[in-house]
Amino acid sequence: MNTRVTRSSRFSNGALAVLALLVVVLLTAPWWAGRAELRLFGEIYLYLSLACLWNLMAGYAGLVSVGQQAYVGFGGYMLFALTIYAGIHPVAAIIAGGLLAAAISIPVATLIFRLNGAYFAIGTWVVAEVFRLSFAQVSALGGGSGSSLPVAIVKSLADSRSARESLSYYLAIGSLILVFAAIYFLLRSNRGIALTAIRDNESAAAELGVNVWRTKLEIYVVTSALTAIIGGLIFLQKLRISPEAAFSVNDWTAFVIFIVVIGGIGTLEGPIIGTIIFFLLRETLADFGTTYLMILGLVAIIVMIKAPKGLWGLISQRYDLEIFPLRYRVQQSATTEQG
Amino acid sequence: MTEWLNAIVQGVLLGGLYALFAAGLSLIFGVMRLVNIAHGDLIVLAAYMALTTVMVMGVHPLLALLVVIPLMSIVGYILQRLLLNQTLGNDILPPLLVTFGLSVILQNMLLEAYTADPQKLNGGAIETASVSAGNLSIGILPLLTFVIAVLVIVCLQWIFYNTALGRQFRAVSDNQDIAQLMGLNKGHVFGLALALSLAVCGIAGVLLGMRTSFDPSIGSGRLIFAFEAVIIGGLGSLWGTLAGGIVLGVAQTVGGKINPGWQLLAGHIVFLLVLAVRPRGFFPRVEH
Amino acid sequence: MSSLLEAQALNAFYGDFQALYEVELSINEGDVVAIVGANGAGKTTLLRSIAGLLKNDAHSIRFNGTPIGHYRADKVAKLGIALVPEGRQLFPSLSVEENLKLGATVGRKGHWSLHSVFELFPILKERRAVASTQLSGGQQQMVAIGRALMSNPDLIMFDEISLGLAPVIINSIYEQLPQVINQGTTAVIIEQDITRALSSASRVYCLQEGRVKLSGRTDELTRQQITQAYFGVAA
Repeated sequence: MNTRVTRSSRFSNGALAVLALLVVVLLTAPWWAGRAELRLFGEIYLYLSLACLWNLMAGYAGLVSVGQQAYVGFGGYMLFALTIYAGIHPVAAIIAGGLLAAAISIPVATLIFRLNGAYFAIGTWVVAEVFRLSFAQVSALGGGSGSSLPVAIVKSLADSRSARESLSYYLAIGSLILVFAAIYFLLRSNRGIALTAIRDNESAAAELGVNVWRTKLEIYVVTSALTAIIGGLIFLQKLRISPEAAFSVNDWTAFVIFIVVIGGIGTLEGPIIGTIIFFLLRETLADFGTTYLMILGLVAIIVMIKAPKGLWGLISQRYDLEIFPLRYRVQQSATTEQG
Repeated sequence: MTEWLNAIVQGVLLGGLYALFAAGLSLIFGVMRLVNIAHGDLIVLAAYMALTTVMVMGVHPLLALLVVIPLMSIVGYILQRLLLNQTLGNDILPPLLVTFGLSVILQNMLLEAYTADPQKLNGGAIETASVSAGNLSIGILPLLTFVIAVLVIVCLQWIFYNTALGRQFRAVSDNQDIAQLMGLNKGHVFGLALALSLAVCGIAGVLLGMRTSFDPSIGSGRLIFAFEAVIIGGLGSLWGTLAGGIVLGVAQTVGGKINPGWQLLAGHIVFLLVLAVRPRGFFPRVEH
Repeated sequence: MSSLLEAQALNAFYGDFQALYEVELSINEGDVVAIVGANGAGKTTLLRSIAGLLKNDAHSIRFNGTPIGHYRADKVAKLGIALVPEGRQLFPSLSVEENLKLGATVGRKGHWSLHSVFELFPILKERRAVASTQLSGGQQQMVAIGRALMSNPDLIMFDEISLGLAPVIINSIYEQLPQVINQGTTAVIIEQDITRALSSASRVYCLQEGRVKLSGRTDELTRQQITQAYFGVAA
């Protein structure tokens, strides 16, 4: 018997195969799903993307933000501004919105990185408020009451309604795959190792030569850009934008935080579990409005106190499972493939 | 000219209210390094408590303080002992996310109980009364708010530096283990700290409710003002918090004077500017 | 004589790391017990366990017959056990007098008060209003001892009583020690200097890698036995 160090396990290989199959099935959804389901799936993908991005910041880089709505709204507004006033194609506008968000996130970061821990969190919220109040001042974009995406621009996506809905669906699932893959490969790279070191002990990581500030900045910028792209897609689905909707702390941050906390912060699997639970709860309790939100908040508090690693943390601890292999594990094996 | 002077005076007085928002936040951060995201919602809760007291007992909102302050203190003590003490440790995530969850729960509870309709505490004649100084006319209510803010800060300062309770606050803040060795039950001391913090929230809530109308959603805005006042003033200094509140208040009234749409924006921008040029605020506590 | 403090099969852990293994200890009223051992032998862990800063099995520590292994530090303090921690650990935000007053939080009556502590260490009375951070190392140790005495403990424990202090200061602290202990207090001292430990204590425990290697009356043990237990088995 030899031991070998590997990341994958038999379970992770099997689970990844099942997941790949699921993705293939979902890719064919426009052929078999109804209009409402297609829309719901799209929304799920976008929420899952936001959850993965917030998890990357809070769970891996220790940047607990309650102001990610700043970039969701920014992306949304850039879609409207660039299509209406610069006349570019919506998809190009969404990508450009991501790039602009990256550019704007650098000066923002240099300011709010001066705040520590929980104060950083509230600082991000101030930034989101500044974004909201600023866009409410832009009368060309409807000021405080907002504006709708002109029909001509909507039509420029595709001629038929069903074709537009399919496109919107593919953009959502495509961006989810992009976000997920980006995070997965980032965490498996040297950057990921640096991040793990920062998360475990920031000052020790700094002593080992990890540039903590720069690593965090990179994560913040990448996350902001991708969040803005998701924001653009969200408002491409909604076709209407207003400062209140675009920069809503409940919709784009509270829900996202609850998803990640309930599912399991600091794990790749957590946001998936959390999103499934979130939408199951929402579809069953949606009629209860405020009660639903209170239950969600309560569940998140209980999970945070009783199981800080969330539901996935409970599962993976109990059965030592990982769907997306990040950790190295020592395996007993009968092979003699070592060098 | 008088208009601008008036805007500045109004801003200074408004700063008193912001200092009241901020004092409680600053206090619990000082004692237990806890940043309470639900702070603003607790201020709004106090305003609704006063509203109910006024309706049930038919008293003036200022008299309702006699009910609101003790009640808020009890809420604070219980909240800390039953919930928040379980979140304190080296990891900043649990307290942050638990108080965030609390904020959402509180907002929706208030929404359920009182609907989204704006409410106001009716202060009667005191709301419109004013004194004039030269060309300026200064409202009695804003003036009273400012005086109360100063008194509250004097009082907190006295508690912190001249009483056994203050000694215990500083001791647990310095070193929880050693304080525990000296026979202090830190869970209890933290409970008292949040009780005191929410007592101040009680005062702030009543004064807020008399000044403007409120609804369940405005808590996060008050949290942000409180936070900005704390950072502008410098972490750990109560008088700095008053100064921070005044800077924020003046920025808002002067900004609003230039363009009504800029009122809040001007406050946030001044905050970001302070963060850029003086990241530790104007009166940071000297590190030992 | 009945024992004031007893440890039975005491195992202490920091997370997964075990720091004490089956420690047996018995301290009689009026004893001065020295605990010696190399760095990492578990001396501080032992005192932290007794003081309640580390949670243990309830019955592994008994004080006056009461199981206290599971007690929180503040409950232990109220029973009359005080610890002078390693490195003094004064409260930097508190003045000398405030540090001392804080020691009286448990409210136990007895010989020690602000007045009698100032009598023992007159220099502290002079510097009562000064922030504790502005004192010299020796004066800080006096405050730390005074702060522990203010609770009028039945058992006082000194962790590394002379660490980081100049020899002259150490001498004067040891000169005061009998006065501290004579007020009916039992004492446990952790001391690196074996000679000093043996001369001031009536019993000694040698710890090595978390286990008691040797224990007994100081007048019955040879210096060689202790040195051997201190440094491990001679090769």
